[in-house]
Amino acid sequence: MTDTIYLDNNATTKIDEAVVAAMLPYFTTYYGNPSSMHTFGGQIGKVVRQARSQVAELLGAEESEIVFTSCGTEGDNAAILAALKAQPKKKHIITTEVEHPAILNLCRRLERDGYTVTYLSVNDKGQLDFDELEAALTGNTAVVSVMYANNETGVIFPIEQIGQVVKEYGALFHVDAVQAVGKIPLDMKTSTIDLLTISGHKIHAPKGIGALYVRKGVRFRPLLIGGHQERGRRGGTENVAGIVALGKAAELAQQHLADVSSEARLRDKLEQGILSAIPNTAVNGDRNNRLPNTSNIGFKFIEGEAILLSLDQFGICASSGSACSSGSLEPSHVLRALGLPYSILHGSIRFSLSRYTTEAEIERVLEVLPGIIDRLRELSPFNSDDADWLKEQESLVVSR
Amino acid sequence: MWDYTDKVMEHFHNPRNQGTIKEKQQGEEIVTGEVGSIACGDALKLHLKIDEDTQTIRDATFQTFGCASAIASSSALTELLKGKKVEEALKVTNKEIAQSLGGLPEEKMHCSVMGQEALEAAIYNYKGIPLDTHEEDEGNLICRCFGVSDTKIKRIIRENDLTTAEQVTNYVKAGGGCSSCLPDIDDLIEEVTTEQKQIEVQQEKSVEVATAIATAKQDSTTQPKRTLTNLQKITLIQRVIDTEIRPVLAEDGGDMELFDIEGDVVKVILKGACSGCASSTETLKLAIEATLQERVLPTLTVVSV
Repeated sequence: MTDTIYLDNNATTKIDEAVVAAMLPYFTTYYGNPSSMHTFGGQIGKVVRQARSQVAELLGAEESEIVFTSCGTEGDNAAILAALKAQPKKKHIITTEVEHPAILNLCRRLERDGYTVTYLSVNDKGQLDFDELEAALTGNTAVVSVMYANNETGVIFPIEQIGQVVKEYGALFHVDAVQAVGKIPLDMKTSTIDLLTISGHKIHAPKGIGALYVRKGVRFRPLLIGGHQERGRRGGTENVAGIVALGKAAELAQQHLADVSSEARLRDKLEQGILSAIPNTAVNGDRNNRLPNTSNIGFKFIEGEAILLSLDQFGICASSGSACSSGSLEPSHVLRALGLPYSILHGSIRFSLSRYTTEAEIERVLEVLPGIIDRLRELSPFNSDDADWLKEQESLVVSR
Repeated sequence: MWDYTDKVMEHFHNPRNQGTIKEKQQGEEIVTGEVGSIACGDALKLHLKIDEDTQTIRDATFQTFGCASAIASSSALTELLKGKKVEEALKVTNKEIAQSLGGLPEEKMHCSVMGQEALEAAIYNYKGIPLDTHEEDEGNLICRCFGVSDTKIKRIIRENDLTTAEQVTNYVKAGGGCSSCLPDIDDLIEEVTTEQKQIEVQQEKSVEVATAIATAKQDSTTQPKRTLTNLQKITLIQRVIDTEIRPVLAEDGGDMELFDIEGDVVKVILKGACSGCASSTETLKLAIEATLQERVLPTLTVVSV
């Protein structure tokens, strides 16, 4: 088996060894329930508090503003539903076309329940239009939910500018920061954000743990109704080992924020290398406002799944927004929202790096990728500029 | 990740017969069949070199834009086609393409359908049948997202014994976009199921007819072998049809008409109950052919037009 070159960190990340070491004792030696009255359980409460403070530190928040959850999806659901329950008279939601399904599918469900949802569009760089946002906001808007950075393109939205407009209309502001946390410095003290979602497994903690930031003073109604855990904001016995892991991962993420530029350097090397070696390639999304670890590249005339499976032969892991690799029949909703031509859309590959990515790994990708793309283009009926057919197809797309 | 068979991966990594066909000898023709589009996410150009004399596919190559299973299906198809007679090739179904790869994941069956369609398009091109009379344009558009007609959906339901709308989506993509046509697809499944029950009844009938023709044939005296003039041949064919074949067909509500005779090819029009379905037509055609060969000339062939 070839060594794995993992460039799919926006999907999930490797658990940091220090994180594993920190969490392990809570499966075995310290298995108590933090709610218990005895010392054996009670000592666990302290660890949970410490983890809460580590997460709060990373977000520039107070400990009391952190609610542990099971994942990003739970955080997103809990935030939106809490915002709606807190303002029962308001029936309007604003979000964007490029959100994660945890938001989009929830919003579609809420539409059936009588809410009106505005889905803000993006331009070909993946940027929002402020006029569209302002035009959509009314006194009836309960919550505006916008992701900090996009999982597929890495494009970062101007969150604080958006937040200021949102506040003028008295709506609550939720931000899905699952991809941004650990890559962009966050400071809730100076922010307009009311609710913010993070997930453990994107920052080198395990799957099954996440957190929701709830600004002090924001009325909150729990999604999971049960015991008094999380000060009544989330019922259910704490996932202690997960919480400890998230705390440790948050602490490490804070430290690594300083050298996130080295990830960006490797990302740029990969991107430049690909663009200069392979013709008919384009970077998807705003290159100047992107996460430092993400590069989404469209390889014209070929299909993404075929690229992924070819990379896989060399142990290289990436992901694609093509229809065939998603299991649905439509390509990625994010890339479609950018209005990209189909010739690029189906052949788009996302490379997402982490602090573990090495120079040698990037060089290896640059070594094998041109051959892979060449081979598939040789197979494709669209490989050259026999463009008449192609143009016809593209114009069909526009009219569809 | 998809559960592809080793064979799919092998064809994907080492595709056979990729590219175009440039060279041909005298008496050979090169034709191409195109299906899919860059918008749909997969497209296939199938190139065939056909020996005009023997009606045999001498070479088959492909160019495919698509996922691993699309490439593998195209590659496997070219292997299936080489050496086949054109008429035989036309009978290759998407099922056979998938089977030759040890199967495809259900969600990827549309890749094998694309192969079958490109094959059909290429052969239609060869025969000079304009593609705009093809099923895509004949039927009603059911799935607007992927542009799939009821004719095509019904054919795929028939050929693959599909029973759910989800399967139809996996095979021809219809219903996989906005999903608003899923109820229509359910209706088509219902329609085909009913239709197929009728076909079974009809098939039983046509077997009876064929047996009756064979019996009638045995009753009459066999004509001695002789050389016929063109006029004699035509007259004799007409007589056998009128006196021996049509009465038998009429018993089951069917009829036929002699349309034309070109050399040894007898072109007939099947009418009434005979024209009902493809399989009974085929059975009848063979029975008529057998009678004419026996009674007129052993070299005669029958074509239903």
